[in-house]
Amino acid sequence: MKQFGAFVKKEFYHILRDRRTLFILLGMPVVQIIIFGFALTNEVKNAKVLVFDNAKDVASTSIIHEIDASQYFDVQQNVTSYSQVESAFKRGAVKLAVVFPSGFNNDLEHVNKAPIQLIADASDPNTANTLINYASAIIMDYQDRITNEHRLPYTISTEMRMLYNPQLKGAYTFVPGVMAMVLMLVCTMMTAITIVREKEMGTMEVMLVSPVQPLKVVIAKAVPYLLLSMVNVASILLLSVFVLDVPIHGSLFLLVGESLLFILTCLAFGLLISTVTDSQQIAMFISLVGMFLPTIMLSGFMFPIENMPILLQVISHIIPARWFFVIVTSVMIKGLGLGAIWKETLILMGMMLFLLTLSIKKFKIRLA
Amino acid sequence: MKAVVVENVVKSYGSKKDLVEALKGISFEVDRGELFGIIGPDGAGKTSLFRILTTLLLADSGKATIDEYDVVKDFKAIRQRVGYMPGRFSLYQDLTVEENLEFFATTFNTTIRENYALIKDIYSQIEPFKDRRAGKLSGGMKQKLALSCALIHRPSVLFLDEPTTGVDAVSRKEFWDMLQNLKRSGITILVSTPYMDEANLCDRIALLQEGKLLSINTPAGVIGNFKQPLYAAKGSRMLQLLNELKTFKEVKDAYPFGEYHHVVFHDEAGVPPVASYFGASGVEMFPVTPGIEDCFMDLMKTNE
Repeated sequence: MKQFGAFVKKEFYHILRDRRTLFILLGMPVVQIIIFGFALTNEVKNAKVLVFDNAKDVASTSIIHEIDASQYFDVQQNVTSYSQVESAFKRGAVKLAVVFPSGFNNDLEHVNKAPIQLIADASDPNTANTLINYASAIIMDYQDRITNEHRLPYTISTEMRMLYNPQLKGAYTFVPGVMAMVLMLVCTMMTAITIVREKEMGTMEVMLVSPVQPLKVVIAKAVPYLLLSMVNVASILLLSVFVLDVPIHGSLFLLVGESLLFILTCLAFGLLISTVTDSQQIAMFISLVGMFLPTIMLSGFMFPIENMPILLQVISHIIPARWFFVIVTSVMIKGLGLGAIWKETLILMGMMLFLLTLSIKKFKIRLA
Repeated sequence: MKAVVVENVVKSYGSKKDLVEALKGISFEVDRGELFGIIGPDGAGKTSLFRILTTLLLADSGKATIDEYDVVKDFKAIRQRVGYMPGRFSLYQDLTVEENLEFFATTFNTTIRENYALIKDIYSQIEPFKDRRAGKLSGGMKQKLALSCALIHRPSVLFLDEPTTGVDAVSRKEFWDMLQNLKRSGITILVSTPYMDEANLCDRIALLQEGKLLSINTPAGVIGNFKQPLYAAKGSRMLQLLNELKTFKEVKDAYPFGEYHHVVFHDEAGVPPVASYFGASGVEMFPVTPGIEDCFMDLMKTNE
């Protein structure tokens, strides 16, 4: 036990004396949360809108006013020809154009039917989609109001409610995502690198020729990173609650427990990487390509898993972050309890045990 | 009881297609309390041998014991009782001198105080810098710290793999003085080195070349076995002289040695004709007493 303590102490010296790395490890989650929270947002605000109004009547004017009044849009200018619309899109000056045909109000009142054309810049399909949805919603609103006034028979009104995230905030998906990403980096990559560094420096050679059980050496190296990761979990949660207004609906205890499980899984993976390589560069490469990229791409954090080709969907099952992502979203955003996520928890636990057993099995008590 | 027994150890690396035989059947024994030198050039197999003896590698075949413990079966017992200093001074660069030593002491379930007497001579030289990080030490100081760390648990057998490589001449001399002191406290020491001049400081030496032992003897014994006449030659055009020397059938071998060439003759009778031939062209030539390096060159030649 005294030996183990000495090893952990030594490992803390390594971490605390490498100020730059420590700063990156602790600062990374903060920076990522801030970047994702404020810079990389899918939400649309004050998108520039062009209006080509051939009608200029009561209906078209009030729709334009309503669009302009919403926080999503900012009506820029009125044009008088299609060519002007096209040139505005080509310049990238606007994201959306609304076109009213002549006699819009007239058609609406007498034929009970009038078209509006929405043109969006789909070079960014996600934004285009969002804009069209927002604009349609505003127009529908207007339609609802006039139908109420005229009392037409058989109207079906759709009422939408966005559950768990009524404001459709991006933070609700990226907070769990960033958590998975940061833990992956700190635990998997740093653990793998620090063990392989001992091999590179030759200190592992000396440690092997000592009475200490080699596995103890390696597990002692994981302890400080476990603590460091818990600090990261805390800072991510604090930032998301107090800066991004993402509440923790579920049990904090459960959330921390599940994070711990994920951290252990990552540590076991780092351990496994360290047993198969002798160079820090390769260790870093394997952790980045083998873990970090799939975490971002296939965990459902950036791209919805349901939309992926079947093959990628299948591959996503072996990525621990996928399950962790579901767990965090369920506990933190939806406020669900263990009853809802026991399956994911068991899968993670299985992965952790599998990786740990494998790395202990592969662990070498000699040099070759 | 022998401290180290090595029987017919074979070790090779690589796949079947390009197999590198690092050790081709090595056998030797080391007595308790002996200072035993493994002398050989780079790539002779010194490190492989040390790693097999320190339980870090498994030999392909053959048997080795340390204090009668088998290096394969009883590796745990061996790891309790040997000290090992690998070729690179394997210290934690970002820990201070004292922290390194303390860490190694704890690793071996001991304390600095418990065995301070053993390392006092060595450690006292670097103690003034005990708060300095190991990475900031000079080569000689790193070497002393690494030796202190390898000794902190009072090992019964100490393995030093090229401890003087990359260390200046003064530190090298000091280091060998320290080894003589350690020997007096009863520790068996195996040391490997590519420097022939260090061979004379060992009790016995084994000359290792391309995975084979050429000779195991005391330094005096090795030199005593060298019976052929040895001469030193120096002329104005050294390269031409060397080539010319090799053409004589009386000359067994000729090789550069410092500012001279050393010339080995098959027997005394062969000396006068060669000496008179070169004497005429102003080449300086005189008999010299052989050193370990001459013996090594000769053994290599015979071995070929």
